[in-house]
Amino acid sequence: MRKMIEGSQAVAEAVGLCRPGVISAYPITPQTHIVEELSQMVADGEIEAEYVRVESEHSAASVCLGAVAAGSRAYSATTSQGLMLMAEVLFNIAGMRLPMVITGVNRALSAPLSIWNDQQDTLAVRDSGWLQLYAENNQEVLDMHIQAYKITEDDRVLLPVMVCMDGFVLTHTYETVDVPTQEEVDAFLPPYDPLYKLDPSDPYTMGAFAGPELYQEIRFEIQRDALASKDVVKEAARDFQAAFGRWMGDVVDAYRCEGADTVYVAMGSVIGTLKDWVDIRREKGDKIGVLKVRCFRPFPLDELRESLANAKRVVVLEKAVSVGAYGILPGEVRAALCGQPNQPSVHAAVTGLGGRDITFDTFDEMEERSQAGEMDFFAGLRQELLEAS
Amino acid sequence: MTASTKKKRRKPPLGIITRPGSSLRNKTGPWGILRPVFDWEKCTGCNTCEIICPEGCIRHLEKKQYEADFEYCKGCGMCAAACPFDAIAMEEEHR
Repeated sequence: MRKMIEGSQAVAEAVGLCRPGVISAYPITPQTHIVEELSQMVADGEIEAEYVRVESEHSAASVCLGAVAAGSRAYSATTSQGLMLMAEVLFNIAGMRLPMVITGVNRALSAPLSIWNDQQDTLAVRDSGWLQLYAENNQEVLDMHIQAYKITEDDRVLLPVMVCMDGFVLTHTYETVDVPTQEEVDAFLPPYDPLYKLDPSDPYTMGAFAGPELYQEIRFEIQRDALASKDVVKEAARDFQAAFGRWMGDVVDAYRCEGADTVYVAMGSVIGTLKDWVDIRREKGDKIGVLKVRCFRPFPLDELRESLANAKRVVVLEKAVSVGAYGILPGEVRAALCGQPNQPSVHAAVTGLGGRDITFDTFDEMEERSQAGEMDFFAGLRQELLEAS
Repeated sequence: MTASTKKKRRKPPLGIITRPGSSLRNKTGPWGILRPVFDWEKCTGCNTCEIICPEGCIRHLEKKQYEADFEYCKGCGMCAAACPFDAIAMEEEHR
């Protein structure tokens, strides 16, 4: 059924349809509406989940870890500082190979304190062993959560999935979204059937001490399965299309890249703005396309190489920076293309930090500066502030 | 293990499951460089060392007779620090 709802509500509806057994979260802007809505749904008896109120995000993630270990489907959501506080548990959930889904609402990190959108928070935990999917709009956010449970619980994966959505830009924006029925979601996503779970009649320990004679092999298996999970991410997108008739890409998605000399690569909601800008530039005769990175972990190495094989110039836009190095996604795109035939120049543009609007002017500036050969730069800077400092 | 009977499932990934008894299997004795030495003249058999030992490896044999299990004793010195009669000295272990 098509509904005009807020992005946060779309997430809550999707999560409810996935029938989680345990939901635990600590409210934090701009994630709050998601868990407010879910706690209301639990209180009203609309979904049969246990909603566990906790005193911190560290505890929220820990409750979910325990819930999955005990054989339940679990869900949490957080953002920014909350995600940082969760970080220790995130690595544990992945290392213990416990499948679950959290919504990583994207918000800038302190200091300075900012409640507004960028993607520094989820990118900072990119090495945690969680798979990361980035959504472009609220329909994709809804669909991605349903796909995420399918991916994480697959025997070939058994790694948790973080669905990343831009704070405010998506969470607080009303869009028309198609909400599937319970029957449709049940047919797509069977009940969670854990491969292993805590059981008093067959006791064992999860996540126990591993000495130097074992640790490296355990980490190797995590890396092997994370890389192989790319096939499962693709399969989930295809199966979802067959069941629900919607396709928004699998690991990457190209827009007007046919015959494009220049390709802009980005993640999340900025893709929508980029597509509109590219339409305008195409009308003017510029051969520009957009490549959406939908799945950041596992990293779509082959797909990026394939999609960018004919580009002469690649501009990677990122709402984050690996301070002291360069953009995170731009660095990885560079590494992916290094040594490829007809290797394009890869320009790293950092912008949109702490909620700074990204407009057509920002893209025009990136176009101008990358054409002039600038490799690493911040776009949309207020020069007058820097000159005054 | 709750493996589904309907479809073939993979084996659990490495390191996920440790069967009970790992504390017994994991011998911590070689960790330490000190070991407790009892002075039976001073010992009153008060049991403080047995109670305080975090590894549970001091055993009360009979009145004023204790034994540390060096397969597990890490040489932490809690027993020596807690002994009300200074009857335990931590001495360097030579292997």
